[in-house]
Amino acid sequence: MAITKKDVEHVAKLARLGLSEEEIELFTRQLSAILDFAGSLQKLDTKNILPTSHAIPMKNVLREDKVVTCQNTEDILANAPAEEDHMFRVPRIIE
Amino acid sequence: MSYETVIGLETHAQLATESKMFCGCPTKFGAKPNTNICPVCTGQPGVLPVTNKKAIELAIKTAIALNCKIEPQSVFARKNYFYPDLPKGYQVSQYELPLATNGHLEIEVGGNIRKIGIIRVHLEEDAGKSIHQGAGRILGSASSLIDYNRTGTPLIEIVSEPDIRSPKEAAVFMQALANLLQYIGVCDAKMEEGSLRCDANLSVRERGSSEFGVRTELKNMNSFKAVEKALLFEEKRHTEVLADGGKISQETRFFDDTTNTTHGMRGKEEAHDYRYFPEPDLVPVAPDKKWVEAIRSALGELPEERKNRFIANHRLSSNDAFLLISQRATADFFEECVILLNKPKIIANWILGDLQAYLNARNLTIKQANFSPVQLVELIQLIDKGTISGKIAKTVLIKVLETGNSVKDVIAESGMTQMSDEGTLVKIVQSVLAANPKQVEQYKAGKTTIIAFLVGQVMKETKGRANPGLANKILKQELDT
Amino acid sequence: MNKKTAHELNNLLVNKKISSVELTKAVLDRIDKTEGKVQAYVTVTREDALKQAKAADSRISELPDTRIPLLTGIPIAIKDNMCTKGVLTTCSSKILANYIPPYNATVVEKIKAAGAVIVGKANMDEFAMGSSTENSGLHPTYNPWDLERVPGGSSGGSAAAVAANECILATGSDTGGSIRQPASFCGVVGFKPTYGRVSRYGLIAFASSLDQIGPLTKDVTDTAILMNVLVGYDPKDSTSVNQPVPDYQKALIDNVKNLKIGYIKELLGQGIDQEVKASIEQAMKKLEELGAKLIEVSMPSFEHAVATYYLIAPAEASSNLARYDGVKFGHRSKEAKDLLTMYYNTRREGFGAEVKRRIMLGTYALSAGYYDAYYLKALKVRTLIKQDFDRAFMKYDVLLSPTAPSIAFKFGEKTADPLAMYISDIATIPINLAGLPAISLPCGFSKKAPIGLQIIGRAFDEETVLRAAFTYEQNTDWHKQIPEL
Repeated sequence: MAITKKDVEHVAKLARLGLSEEEIELFTRQLSAILDFAGSLQKLDTKNILPTSHAIPMKNVLREDKVVTCQNTEDILANAPAEEDHMFRVPRIIE
Repeated sequence: MSYETVIGLETHAQLATESKMFCGCPTKFGAKPNTNICPVCTGQPGVLPVTNKKAIELAIKTAIALNCKIEPQSVFARKNYFYPDLPKGYQVSQYELPLATNGHLEIEVGGNIRKIGIIRVHLEEDAGKSIHQGAGRILGSASSLIDYNRTGTPLIEIVSEPDIRSPKEAAVFMQALANLLQYIGVCDAKMEEGSLRCDANLSVRERGSSEFGVRTELKNMNSFKAVEKALLFEEKRHTEVLADGGKISQETRFFDDTTNTTHGMRGKEEAHDYRYFPEPDLVPVAPDKKWVEAIRSALGELPEERKNRFIANHRLSSNDAFLLISQRATADFFEECVILLNKPKIIANWILGDLQAYLNARNLTIKQANFSPVQLVELIQLIDKGTISGKIAKTVLIKVLETGNSVKDVIAESGMTQMSDEGTLVKIVQSVLAANPKQVEQYKAGKTTIIAFLVGQVMKETKGRANPGLANKILKQELDT
Repeated sequence: MNKKTAHELNNLLVNKKISSVELTKAVLDRIDKTEGKVQAYVTVTREDALKQAKAADSRISELPDTRIPLLTGIPIAIKDNMCTKGVLTTCSSKILANYIPPYNATVVEKIKAAGAVIVGKANMDEFAMGSSTENSGLHPTYNPWDLERVPGGSSGGSAAAVAANECILATGSDTGGSIRQPASFCGVVGFKPTYGRVSRYGLIAFASSLDQIGPLTKDVTDTAILMNVLVGYDPKDSTSVNQPVPDYQKALIDNVKNLKIGYIKELLGQGIDQEVKASIEQAMKKLEELGAKLIEVSMPSFEHAVATYYLIAPAEASSNLARYDGVKFGHRSKEAKDLLTMYYNTRREGFGAEVKRRIMLGTYALSAGYYDAYYLKALKVRTLIKQDFDRAFMKYDVLLSPTAPSIAFKFGEKTADPLAMYISDIATIPINLAGLPAISLPCGFSKKAPIGLQIIGRAFDEETVLRAAFTYEQNTDWHKQIPEL
């Protein structure tokens, strides 16, 4: 299945990935080749096959509702690229 | 042309847990920014979520109370989108396989009971908070500051069927849902504080049509009133546009509570593509029958069941019963009173009448008021004994509520006991008759109903303290002799 | 002494023939000498290591011999995708080039509790995406056997460090072969346990449903020793299994009599180098001589494993890597006049080409209109692959194949064609899709480069895998070969 430059641009936007013109060209070619290869799965009959999300099936892994206070909140903030008033600062949001 | 409004509501409720959905951080409000955080809820590289059992239990509780089917297996999914208050770049939610489906909630609008369908109840985690600097609104801010204290707070999303037919019904539905969530202890359900949030979908169609019109999604309603106002504005807008032959475009609109209007976003709205897929870091939730039954029995009597019992056992009207059960504390108060004094109808009248009016005016709950079932019962018994009149009892009630003093003290202090001394009353009656010769004449001419006026005059003279029965009796004696 | 194995060194340490400080210094000296050529590490934690070594020495002197944990005082390298509190953890990515984790991964806690000495953080393909460590965003790592060849990947730094004696043992992570393939290329032992055996808490996720941590060591005994430290239920990881853990050292029995070994037809045919095939056939012969029964088994679904993997893994990765957005940690672009620009530029500057390629591929596979055709389809084919294994394990105790279709390739040989690189993971990928345990151990050389033998077991039956591997190892001496540097 061939994908177009426009598809690549759309996906890059969804993934918030800034791509150069060359990368868009390259990925259009490479993703087409990979998806073409992956297209071979289509010929497999999986009509009555359930999907496997976890190789080892488990269920109901739950924890008790207990507060555990984190001792390292300052270490978390220390990694902030920009901090102000104990908060993470980001540049203005334009939708 | 006649139009019909179609509304569906998506409600988010914060679950009353101690710790967050997937980590041990506290869910308390009002802490200094970024102090109730840990590696997990700030999405540090390498962290993993572990589900809070209580959150699942509260969601199951809600689902039972909303008459839903608990799904044998539900699966968490990742909803992928970028926003600074979403530290992982995805929200853990449920998508294809929610916790519960196919329920309903009964509401009462204008004396009619309406059954509103519930499509699904599912669990998810809350996002953080953004504070926009340099301007009140997001647009025009120079930068934003992010606080992750709220991130990861457990939420349930309750999605209604598009069964709601008016903004009024929507507001009633939200109030009823809030009451229910409070009643079963799942959420404190305060829209103003954000523990209960609601998005609404509204469309308008020709009456009788079975197809839906184009809908708009409304956001940013922070009170029950705002829900109604936003929908009223939007209903009018849709109707006018359609009546003019125009078209509604499908979009998200924001409610502005300063102007009571809604507005779309500037520019083109990007179509969302959340790329949901099963959350690989979590395993399915498969509540077994035993667990669900344990939750069901711990839940006790549900509001609807309680309402029906009130009607059957206490012979209350369906309306009174509905109002009593709409808050658990009110219903509990009523039941405690009835245990002390088996006069349910009179008790209900007092609770739903003067007591509720007092509480509403002051925005108090029955629990916050300094008033006990024993006090109300005492008040009613004093009326029965003739110690005070019904009218005075109303004044006494307010005084008791205001001062927190006992019923007896309030009555003693203000000398408001009923005047039942015949000697004193005879004198007052005689002076009233002397002052109203015209009415006495009318009575003697056969218009005996005029006696009500004369009783009123006696009450006026005694500032309401006269025992009305006794006053009546003495008046008759004096007039007939 | 840095050439010795952990179990040999333990003996010397406990008997006070050497101290951990001496041993750690020997390893650090070796790093000084050969690291210029190999470049296995992102970070060498010299001072911290010596401090830990001192602590280990006093532990050894204080505790009775029998109560000294086996890894006490043994220098270990940690793959740089496992969080170490207060110590730079980069995932070999520019986007995390300055990231100091506020917490330790569960395995790091366990390794510390076992008394091992962490000497550094090992280089890898960026975010574990790659089969050659050429995708490291920081620098490449070179194969100690032949510096013109890649060490494999993504745990290339770990494998090269063990092979070059720049540590005694190392941790790796394996999503589609990332422990076993570099072990094969570098002539060491690499083991991927059953999914869920080892906690992933603190392992920087690539593809969550496939990632699993495991050891890279000089021999099978050391693998069992490190396994004993790494495994176990962790309440912080919902996918970690709550099952009793055996003592893996007890599984080290030199005996494969009547063991039923299925050799996988599809992995000994087309696309496999002749010399690799010859070495594997020799190994099979050896096992047969030792009493095992070798029977051919066909796994028809393997044909689709690479395609399946390269839809599922990038899809999960595209979501796992969304958190690298310049808001909370790591790199933020200077070109960030508004939020969107910040996102685009931060991720453009921070991620390398392979990571971008996989984010793109995964985002596409999950996007509206393609989910059913790609992602969901892949999950269903994953079921078919699992079923092939289920069928095979009804008849056989373990399965056997080469770890990789070739010996270590040369730098740049496959970088131009990502698909060719992906296809070279054919022998290791199906095991991750099914969540099974598998080991790679040295079984020969070609052009002076090592060849790896892969033994695959039933879910949670690491013991049989270790027994088969141990028996082979005890009766051959491939593992004793040391590269000249």
